[in-house]
Amino acid sequence: MKETSIIISGFGGQGTLFAGQLLTYAALDYDKVCTWIPSYGPEMRGGTAHCTVIISDEQIGSPLVRNPNAVIAMNLPSLNKYEPLIKTGGVLIANRSLMDRDADRADIITLNIPGNEMAEELGNSRITNMVMLGALLQLMPVLPMEVLKTALDHHMPERNRKYLPLNYQALETGAKFAAENLKEAV
Amino acid sequence: MAKKLYKGNEAFAEAAIRAGCEGFFGYPITPSTEFLEYMAKRMPELGRAFVQAESEVAAINMVYGAACTGKRVMTASSSPGISLMMEGISYIAGTELPCVVINVMRGGPGLGNIAPSQGDYYQMVKGGGHGDYFPIALAPSTVQEAVDSIALAFDLAEKYRSIVHILVDGNLGQMMEPCEMPPMQPLRETPPDWAVSGAKGREKRILSSIYIDPPDEEVTNLRLLKRWMEIEASEVRYDELHTEDAEIAIIAFGTAGRVASTAVRQARAEGIKAGLFRPITLAPFPKKEIAALAKRTKRILVVEMNTGMMLDDVSRVIEGKVPIEFYGRLGGVTPLPDEIYDEIMRISHNIDAPAPENPRMEWVTRLEKILEGEN
Amino acid sequence: MAIAEPKIVYQRPTSLATRVTHYCPGCTHGVAHRLIAEVLDEMELREKTIGVAPVGCSVFAYNYFDHDYVEAAHGRAPAMATGIKRMLPKNTVYTYQGDGDLASIGMAEIMHAAARGENITVVFINNAIYGMTGGQMAPTTLPGMVTTSSPGGRDIESMGYPVRMAEILSTLDGAGYVVRRSLHDPNNIRKAKKAIRLAFETQERGLGFSLVELLSSCPTNWKLSPVDALQFIEDKMIPMFPLGDYKVNPEIGKLRV
Repeated sequence: MKETSIIISGFGGQGTLFAGQLLTYAALDYDKVCTWIPSYGPEMRGGTAHCTVIISDEQIGSPLVRNPNAVIAMNLPSLNKYEPLIKTGGVLIANRSLMDRDADRADIITLNIPGNEMAEELGNSRITNMVMLGALLQLMPVLPMEVLKTALDHHMPERNRKYLPLNYQALETGAKFAAENLKEAV
Repeated sequence: MAKKLYKGNEAFAEAAIRAGCEGFFGYPITPSTEFLEYMAKRMPELGRAFVQAESEVAAINMVYGAACTGKRVMTASSSPGISLMMEGISYIAGTELPCVVINVMRGGPGLGNIAPSQGDYYQMVKGGGHGDYFPIALAPSTVQEAVDSIALAFDLAEKYRSIVHILVDGNLGQMMEPCEMPPMQPLRETPPDWAVSGAKGREKRILSSIYIDPPDEEVTNLRLLKRWMEIEASEVRYDELHTEDAEIAIIAFGTAGRVASTAVRQARAEGIKAGLFRPITLAPFPKKEIAALAKRTKRILVVEMNTGMMLDDVSRVIEGKVPIEFYGRLGGVTPLPDEIYDEIMRISHNIDAPAPENPRMEWVTRLEKILEGEN
Repeated sequence: MAIAEPKIVYQRPTSLATRVTHYCPGCTHGVAHRLIAEVLDEMELREKTIGVAPVGCSVFAYNYFDHDYVEAAHGRAPAMATGIKRMLPKNTVYTYQGDGDLASIGMAEIMHAAARGENITVVFINNAIYGMTGGQMAPTTLPGMVTTSSPGGRDIESMGYPVRMAEILSTLDGAGYVVRRSLHDPNNIRKAKKAIRLAFETQERGLGFSLVELLSSCPTNWKLSPVDALQFIEDKMIPMFPLGDYKVNPEIGKLRV
């Protein structure tokens, strides 16, 4: 049973739910079985927002997991909550811009990435989610980057379409950062 | 047709439209609101009726009126809204009208919360409204199955002039999952011979739930019962996973069922003979099939997102012939696969232990320990 | 001596069923039923009309008309009528409701049907009391009026004031025609019929929600003779519930019927 579970978690407005949806659209395009399930409680209204994405070759039972294969933690509360839960050998992408400590579990691949700074350098802090997602795909190649880019092209809301090239750039920048820092991580 | 990624509620709404739903009447409530929003956009585009009512009470009574015209009509809501609808649901049952009611269940009682729950089992499966009637209750477990169950629900509603409840929970309403939409069905052109349409060239028709003389109501109750027995005989639906040789058979519906399937596969991968029996019709309840399952399995584990409502129905069918255990999460908490896997392992290690005297009581003790650990 | 061929000057309207009603002697429900039936006949609407009966004394109204009818839950007739009208917009749909049904338990449904401009007609019987359950206080019960649930007379300090529905509903933009009439004498009955006609004309022209409030008598629960009950309408009801046109769409105002 080949099944990959990814949790993306952060503050509301950081684009965690969209990043997860994008991954799910791409998974479907890539002929995978997939589910996306959000937190939809009062917490999403200004609090933390997270979603669980599962990508599989077979029918998916539970859309929720206790121990995910990978986590993108966009802020400190998300790091604190999910770092201990990641499966051994899994991947953690931690947004160091909004954390006062490094993620430091030794039995997983950990990447501390200054997501917000990198996004701001590209010109828009709102693409932090794409920087993080690019880094994740580099360290856990569950889908080819090109498939994700196509999905982004298909599902970017109309009002944001002008930011499509910037989003591509963010994905690539994140992936590059991960590739360069992976050597240190391993 | 290729699969597309849909949000649950939106998929259900599109499926209803494709099944020929001509009237939707509803009121916003989390976690079912996207259903209403989708209908608000799509129904007028197709020249079909959509009304955002002033309350769930009004919404179901609009459905009641609309159902009197013989067209396919429905509403969707969530637990507290469904409670308000119980008045109209009883009247619709008493008038013997077809309609579909979807409950995207959330934690309760009372205002509770907006997280997924199966706490409305009794209300949706046993009736919920006043009086002697039997709703059909379907409990799909994936977005695709829910989509397919909506056309089925309308067919059953019309075939038996019955209310069909569809029970899903907030998980299914809010999640996204690929599914294939059925093709658009043509709308019914001629109304059924009981519908009101104006008494042109025929005797007038009256649609009412009143039988003021008790003997008339008695005959009506009997008619409803006989129809129900026909439904029980021919409309039972369920799904099974590895139950042929299962020593531990889980019985679970909806989200609890799909979560359990993950645990069963994991257990099987480790050589443990676990299986899953998933009722799709909670009413009619798969009594014969569960009785047959009891004959070939060693132990049954009922898993629900409530305090063991279906457990009561399972126990009644099993009649003590095989030990039953229970595991539930409550109040809007969805069980995770590892919890059910742990239960399978626990039972597997004690497969020949005497039957729990009170499965619910023993589960309470276990759950309280789990809660201590979680907090 | 030749006898002139007899000429029919009065007969049962086709829209009224040949059935004896269960209403008490002196009750004006029968008059209201007849007026509706006459209007449906005159407008040739019978074959496309669907009535919605309430809960209350007129719960069996569906037995007394000879056209399609459905029976609503208490107070929900406007919601049920909405459902029917939205599915069958070419049909004529009306509700027949009493004061407990419309102004108490069904307050939300009537207000919102009017606010939506729902293209239905409502005949509202206001007799200031709950008839079917045996004479309890209604939202329209007059101050000081004795009922079984206001045995010392309606005390405005603890039970509040009567509700004037025609006035309230006339403030809503969705309403096309809202008037109050009375059934206490022939002259007023004639005016009531004309109002019912104009209400249905409003619906047929798609001009929105229409309602005719009819002040009616309840000799049984008022504990008055039928004649005294009619006098009570004139002396006590009309001062509290003034007759008049509260909202008339200009197109209807110009209509001569």
